[in-house]
Amino acid sequence: MLASDIERTFDRYRDLLEDLSFPEVRRWKEADPRRKAVGFFPVYAPVEIIHAAGMLPVGLAGAGDRLDIQHADARFGSFICSIIKTTLELGMTGHLEPFEGLLFSSICDSARNLAFVMKRNFPQKYIDFLHLPHNPSSPASVDFLAAEYRRLIGQLERIGGDYSEEKLRAGIALFNRQRELVRELYAIRAAAPHLLRAWECYVAVRVGNVLPVEEHIALLEQVLAAAPRRDAKKRDSLRVVIEGSFCEQPPLEVIRLIEDAGCDIVEDDFTLAQRWFTEDVPAVGDPVHALAEAYVNRSVYSSVRHDFRKPRWLGLAEKIKASQADAVIFLMAKFCEPAYFDYVPFKQQVELMGLPHLALEYEEKLFTFERLRTEVETFVESLVFD
Amino acid sequence: MAEKSEYRGNIHQRQKQLMLDWYGKLEQAASGDEPKTCSLMVSGNCVELLEAFGIVPIYPEVNALQLAIRHQSLDPILAAEEMGYAADNCAYVKADIGCLLKGITPTGTRLPEKPTLVLCNFVGCNTYLKWFEHVAKFTGAPLYVIDVPFLRTAEPSKEDVAYVVKQLHELVALLEKLTGRKFDPDRFRHAVACSARSEELWSRIKHLAKVTPSPFDAYFDAITLMGPLYVYRATQEGVDFFTDALAELEAKRSAGEGVYERERFRLVMEGPPPYPYFRTFRDMFAKWQATAVASTYSTVGGLWEFGFRHDPAEPFESVAMHMIAQNVTNRNMLQRYDQMQRYLEEWKADGVIIHFVKSCRLFSAGQGDMRDYFSKQLGVPTLYIESDLEDPRYFAEAQTRTRIDAFFEALEHSKAHPQPRPTVAKGTQLCVLPQA
Ligand code: SF4
Ligand code: SF4
Repeated sequence: MLASDIERTFDRYRDLLEDLSFPEVRRWKEADPRRKAVGFFPVYAPVEIIHAAGMLPVGLAGAGDRLDIQHADARFGSFICSIIKTTLELGMTGHLEPFEGLLFSSICDSARNLAFVMKRNFPQKYIDFLHLPHNPSSPASVDFLAAEYRRLIGQLERIGGDYSEEKLRAGIALFNRQRELVRELYAIRAAAPHLLRAWECYVAVRVGNVLPVEEHIALLEQVLAAAPRRDAKKRDSLRVVIEGSFCEQPPLEVIRLIEDAGCDIVEDDFTLAQRWFTEDVPAVGDPVHALAEAYVNRSVYSSVRHDFRKPRWLGLAEKIKASQADAVIFLMAKFCEPAYFDYVPFKQQVELMGLPHLALEYEEKLFTFERLRTEVETFVESLVFD
Repeated sequence: MAEKSEYRGNIHQRQKQLMLDWYGKLEQAASGDEPKTCSLMVSGNCVELLEAFGIVPIYPEVNALQLAIRHQSLDPILAAEEMGYAADNCAYVKADIGCLLKGITPTGTRLPEKPTLVLCNFVGCNTYLKWFEHVAKFTGAPLYVIDVPFLRTAEPSKEDVAYVVKQLHELVALLEKLTGRKFDPDRFRHAVACSARSEELWSRIKHLAKVTPSPFDAYFDAITLMGPLYVYRATQEGVDFFTDALAELEAKRSAGEGVYERERFRLVMEGPPPYPYFRTFRDMFAKWQATAVASTYSTVGGLWEFGFRHDPAEPFESVAMHMIAQNVTNRNMLQRYDQMQRYLEEWKADGVIIHFVKSCRLFSAGQGDMRDYFSKQLGVPTLYIESDLEDPRYFAEAQTRTRIDAFFEALEHSKAHPQPRPTVAKGTQLCVLPQA
């Protein structure tokens, strides 16, 4: 890819992410009538296992502002975040038709209940709920999770999956490669943010939600090769960490406006699915066990993963130090209870470190951004003129 | 004028005394090294294991509800919001954290500043995890999380049970370390045996509500009995209390006494009550002489009316089973629909009240779908109302009253002119409950 083509690539992938008809999923399935796709609700799913069953794992990320909510409000009323409703609405308007299966996991109470409401409303689909362990201090949690993954494998086979251990090992290696490239992308962001804008990095990572992993790897390799050759000027910006957007995603415009206001987003917790493990998952031995062990011991910290051996505010502290950030922006989805709760200890930690912070709230379906823009601009100005 | 509904027999006085004794023990713990204490959650609690060590449970939820019922919840909620908690965080947590910071307790007696252990028995509610993580952070007490797999299949798998049993053994080792006491298996079995007896009695009380008129209200009155159920279930005092409670209510039943002069409506209640307006809310139903004959909220601590008991022959396994499968919070939404459906049929109820509680997404997320299922699919008269269980700012009294009145007017009409309900074949049941 030429450095000058890179912009067009980002635009193309942005358009793809905004297309609610899942064109890439349909295209992949058309190549062979036996192919099946399994959608997963954020934040994490064992994509390697879905892949090893010969199916396409697809990360669902709500519908942004591109779907009118007609049915879902009556099922999930007030005080519930938007992605719950847009996901249900996607189902009720036939948009999830390309998926034979849908996976949910134990991230929060709303998502958990959504799994079962979906089950009632779409009885013809395979809909499952994975319990991801919350007590990693117990040696039993790896065995439990391995059993949970084996249960999933059994269900995927039931709906026509063709699973083998060999394929799982190969899949683990592929997804390791994907995560390695994403880490490299973030390394560029931290070292030379002007070479890769945050929204570009975001699009390049998030498109991994809907592309076959092999294609995503190729795309990431191209971006990584082209980025250093870009003709872009260094800016004098504030280095910020974004925390709180782990599930429902902010509109792209919000990411852009934060940058435009003079911030370089050097770290974030957007679309964690492609960054879930901090190091490679071993691709040898019993792969199911390896994947379970990696979840328990090698996962990123997140507001929806619980590990009382190490509080997640210390995870945030490490992230801030490693990325040499000057400030933290808490960017939280409206009605996202895990983000709201974590805000308190996170804020205390950031204050302990003597860093400025700003709390912002968004909804995926937001379409006027003036208030947010003003808040970020005021925040940046207050720091620049300090 | 609303009819007087609240039943005030001996059991009411005795439960009050039992709860005061409990707060007394906690006050004693606050001033010295004994008794040892442990914070834990009401739902799917493993109080039997604590009892085996002579550890007194602290239930922040019970404190929060006491506070709300006494109209004292707003101050601590505001204090927590001042710290950064959001308007939309569960207000139980905010009230508890606010109290912790301001040293407020529901009875004015002291609570231990730092429990021996903060034990998060995670049974479904993700808020529990955050709540206890914060409590441990703010008090400096050690934290342990028992991860209970959510019931995502009809029955727990043997791996689910093994996972919880292993963690219970780890907890035993931790409690030995923290208390300096050796685990006494006989004392544990005795606690489990007491629980089994309390549960049998509680279950029989709940089945009394099957008769018409029901001798007690299985929502509003059940709450009176729930405190002892959590705090004393695994002790002889608990067994004695429930023995007397059953005898008292059986006597009412034999005398044909109901909650009201005349029981006009029988209801199934879903969701926690609005504690800050508990009396006002109750009166809205009393006005129509409507009795709750069953409620999902009263199965938060355990689901015993369908037959489950703790088992002294398998103490660890039965504690694990209780935590995984036998409390409403760890069961999935569709299993809750089935539970309510059984109440409707077996307890012969006329309709369902769904109380959406803003704080509690565990209960309320998706209750609109529940309304759709009951009203459209099953043709059951269903009312959906919204408020909160702890935060007094979310109770719209006039609006709630109007909607409740309208519901009963319609229900009265439909009782006078019954229409056949759509029949739902047994095979289409969503997730079947184990039979008693
Ligand atoms: S945005 Fe937050 S509240 Fe909503 S589903 Fe995701 S984790 Fe749950
Ligand atoms: S969310 Fe509901 S179940 Fe959980 S702590 Fe709050 S009130 Fe209790």
